[in-house]
Amino acid sequence: MQKHIVVIGAGPAGLESSANLSNLGFRVTLVEKEEVTGGHLNKWHALFPSLASGKHTIEAIVKGLNPGIKIQTATKVTGIEAVNDYFTVSGHNGWQEKADAVVLTTGFQLFDSHRKEEYGYGIYENVITSADLEKQFASGKEFVNRQGKKPERVGFVHCVGSRDEKVNNLHCSKVCCITAVKQAIEVKQMIPEADVFCFYMDLRMFGRHYEELYKQAQEKYNIQFIRGRLSESTEDKDGNIIVKVEDTLLGKPLRIKVGLLVLMAGMEFPPATKALTNMLGLKNVSDGFIQPLDEVLHSNLTEIPGVFIAGTCSGPKSVSDTMADARSAALAVAEYLK
Amino acid sequence: MKLEGKRLIWQEYQKEIADDHYFYARSCIRQTFFPGAEAVFVKIMKDELGKDIHDEQHHTSCTGIGYHADVVPFDTTMTVIARQFALMTEAGYENYAASCVTSFGLYTEVLETWHHFPEKEAQVREFLYKATGREFNKPKNLAHASDIVYKFRHQIAAKAKYKLIDKNTGEPLKVVEHIGCHYSKMFPHKGIGGAEYPYVLSGMIEAWGGEVIDYPERRHCCGFGFRQYIVQANRGFSLSCSKKKFDSMEPYQPDMIITNCPGCPMFLDRWQYALSEMEGKTYGKNNNGIPVFTYEEVAGMIMGYDPWKIGLQLHQVSAEPLLDKIGIPYDPLSKFKGKNGEDLGIPETPNYLKFYAD
Repeated sequence: MQKHIVVIGAGPAGLESSANLSNLGFRVTLVEKEEVTGGHLNKWHALFPSLASGKHTIEAIVKGLNPGIKIQTATKVTGIEAVNDYFTVSGHNGWQEKADAVVLTTGFQLFDSHRKEEYGYGIYENVITSADLEKQFASGKEFVNRQGKKPERVGFVHCVGSRDEKVNNLHCSKVCCITAVKQAIEVKQMIPEADVFCFYMDLRMFGRHYEELYKQAQEKYNIQFIRGRLSESTEDKDGNIIVKVEDTLLGKPLRIKVGLLVLMAGMEFPPATKALTNMLGLKNVSDGFIQPLDEVLHSNLTEIPGVFIAGTCSGPKSVSDTMADARSAALAVAEYLK
Repeated sequence: MKLEGKRLIWQEYQKEIADDHYFYARSCIRQTFFPGAEAVFVKIMKDELGKDIHDEQHHTSCTGIGYHADVVPFDTTMTVIARQFALMTEAGYENYAASCVTSFGLYTEVLETWHHFPEKEAQVREFLYKATGREFNKPKNLAHASDIVYKFRHQIAAKAKYKLIDKNTGEPLKVVEHIGCHYSKMFPHKGIGGAEYPYVLSGMIEAWGGEVIDYPERRHCCGFGFRQYIVQANRGFSLSCSKKKFDSMEPYQPDMIITNCPGCPMFLDRWQYALSEMEGKTYGKNNNGIPVFTYEEVAGMIMGYDPWKIGLQLHQVSAEPLLDKIGIPYDPLSKFKGKNGEDLGIPETPNYLKFYAD
């Protein structure tokens, strides 16, 4: 009998796992809490480092899905129960399926930048997040700040909600450094005369072509990289944002006025998903993300046989790493069900 | 600025403030700096709100200035504070109300220390008993006096004769609020509104008819900062801090500044004089400065108390233009009259800052 796998979460990890599992001959049900598949990618205008469109990337992944995959959207999974050698997975709307294996591809949530109160998100109009900026890029409208002016200066704040003990997040979200470089270049392309500043702790350019993009940002686009954390931002009478930051390389405190301040919000494990992991008895380690059975040898396996993980539910990842992880998870499932 | 964003934060930082029966501990320095402020607080609590407030005579300094200046060890500080708590216990009270922001911060720090390190509390109890034979209960409720005025701000508004409104235009006065660092920067959840956007004074300003100004250097230190002022060599830094704030708030043309700390009104007031003498610069219209008040003085003003009985003549920046703007009456001739009409003499007139002597 054809084995059945339920994949929970239809972002890139869920879609790619499902496509691979289906191609391997399994019956697949992909369940998603939102109305549409695609997850965060739907809201991302362009992906680093190639500036590929987020929307087109999702469309390409969806296009590769085998028609036999059952996609159950608008369904929030509320129960997973291990019964003998199978699982019963049920949703809030009465949906229920039996599965021989479950793949968790539940993803991340964007750090809520309101929590960094001193940066003024939600209070000062010209303090926005990296996700807000992607929306603005995607709108195709002229690049202006909330006063309708082309900003003469734009600041990017790295590590917002990442590597920050004050908000209880010690982990690095991995993608924000390169996203800031990408977004800073995009801003410079739209407003070449603008001065663009990136305030960073250190730049983690670990991926292929990341370092090149960073170099290009400095040499071709003259983006200023200032090594120092922001202490606060405030607003002047004209709606400009005044940031206070230390330039740790010069050893000097700085006060800079920008027309727009972009907070590079990091990744967090969604508390809503915690209920699912609790139900299964899975470990969420100190950073909140799900702990694999073995980080090197069995990164898609969990302590529960038959429950697999892929994508950012097991820690921050880029889209390309997420895709590779999803394929690897499909193979791990096939091995288990062999 | 989106006020709704601030309101969301304010909702998160609320705290329990006792409703009645307070043990009041005054500040070491406020009675010299702004001598009417604490008396106004006690008067409003007793006479206007009908509250039971015990104005303790035998308490000492909390050691805050010495502690923050690194000359008093923490064990000594904790034992002195334990004695204050013993006085509260002996007087039959459970709700401790601190007049001073630094004391409030230090009491909070001590209580938090004891919470996390109970062995420290036991040790301090032993120290106190050996030194004084006293024992104590910890306060059930600890509040800064500004928390209490905040709690009753609407009741005060209901009894007030005046509002923070320009009597000629009907427009709300533009008010700068400045919170003492030790109020909530160390323990944001112990202050109304938290550390970044404190609401304790903004709430009073709103309730009393004024409009709060948010200006770029709002969070900046007033210039007191113990090491900036107590270490004589650093006083230039103290003055620069205040100047930075005045320069930043000046474009908003504030009518007044309200504070809740002993040091802030002192430095924001006196340094305006120093800056005017050094640079000929004043920050208000017509060579006036920006008047600086404690929240108790403002409460007293709107209640219609005689400005000279609440000590406004002891401010370096004259309060008269603001009193005129609100429409609060005062007798210019009795400004420098002491108790029983005694003539206190007129202080030396500044060179630049406008001074009202009669």
